[in-house]
Amino acid sequence: MEKVDVRGLSCPMPVIKTKKLLDQGVKELLVVGTSSVSKENVSKLARSSGYQVEMKVDAKNEWEMELRK
Amino acid sequence: MDRTKWYVLTVGLLIGAIAVTLVKLGNPPNMGFCIACFERDIAGAIGLHRAGVVQYMRPEIIGLVLGALLASLFAGEFKSRGGSATFVRFILGVFMMIGALVFLGCPLRDVLRMAGGDYNAVVGFIGFIFGVGTGVFFLKRGFNLGRAEYSHSQAGGLALPLIMVFFLFLLLKATVFNPDAGGPIFFSAEGPGSMYAPLAFSLGAGLLVGILAQRVRLCLSGGIRDFMLIRDNTLLLGFIGIFAGALLLNIALGFFQTGFAPQPVAHTMHLWNFLGLYLVGLAATLLGGCPLRQLILSGEGDTDAATVVVGMIVGAAFCHNFMLASGAMKAAAAGAAASPGGPGIYGQIACIVGIIVVAAIGFAFRED
Repeated sequence: MEKVDVRGLSCPMPVIKTKKLLDQGVKELLVVGTSSVSKENVSKLARSSGYQVEMKVDAKNEWEMELRK
Repeated sequence: MDRTKWYVLTVGLLIGAIAVTLVKLGNPPNMGFCIACFERDIAGAIGLHRAGVVQYMRPEIIGLVLGALLASLFAGEFKSRGGSATFVRFILGVFMMIGALVFLGCPLRDVLRMAGGDYNAVVGFIGFIFGVGTGVFFLKRGFNLGRAEYSHSQAGGLALPLIMVFFLFLLLKATVFNPDAGGPIFFSAEGPGSMYAPLAFSLGAGLLVGILAQRVRLCLSGGIRDFMLIRDNTLLLGFIGIFAGALLLNIALGFFQTGFAPQPVAHTMHLWNFLGLYLVGLAATLLGGCPLRQLILSGEGDTDAATVVVGMIVGAAFCHNFMLASGAMKAAAAGAAASPGGPGIYGQIACIVGIIVVAAIGFAFRED
């Protein structure tokens, strides 16, 4: 599974980095991030692109999600 | 439309209505909220510039930061963080203020001015869209200011909110540190700085909008950016809500007046209205948020955003000390001809230099 690390990046970098990989047709992706804003935005992007979102870690300032198509 | 979108739209409507209410209660026309103007007034209040007509310790700014602090603490989102090209962000903040004061308002005031019928603000808005578009161009080719780190201590994130508490103390106490020179704290006796809603209302409005804006992550440059980048209109709905809320109340209260002139605290130099907000849109997109969003992030513990806020306050001092800020249009009066307002030659040069510097930052911070 490919992995993208968006920890500590300000808006809209987490979304851009994730989108780049989704646009390449990646079927499975692990996204690791920190802020709840980026968590909301990345999961929104993934769902609107037809991916299933599964939270692996969902703490206050640390999250990991798996995206699958 | 899903619930989040309705929520953002409703918050926008409310903010628009609150802004016009502040004008009704005494704020300058079409200036219920203006992050740039109010930070400029604060720069004047503490004597960083001596433009006598724009000096006041605006409680709205204090309220916005403290409201965001409260909301983020309550939601468990307060977290001290920073270290993402901090000094570069300071410089972007300085130029974002220069752009705003060439236009005469931040993006939030641009919306409020459009909702008041000011066509000059539409020209500025087009510039803003182009500025955000240029920022998106840099984002797409890999622009990145780098990662912020979470601090092991929450103290740093509290620094700007505590400074705001100190500012509130100065406002309430109205201390004059140098009685011979008459300041600081300076308070305008005339001009926009002398026009303000009663403290309890402006502070309360700031707190409420700070809480709401933190919850929905309201951002005016973000609204246009997200639509361009990923066709997401959530934040754009906040923008539209503010416009609609302010428009309705402006019409109801008789404030709505269409045209290029006369318009309050505005000028009719189209090129500079366009380029002023172009610079703001570009800088805001590279920073990840408009001047309002920077204040809200400061309240959440983001010390990089706090640095942008301080950069904007320092930028405002430059603007008035170096004659960069635009003049507002004036009607003919006894002994004085009418003036269309606008930036002088130094303001024009500073705006162009700003666009070049910010674009250079956009090119320089490209990631592979």
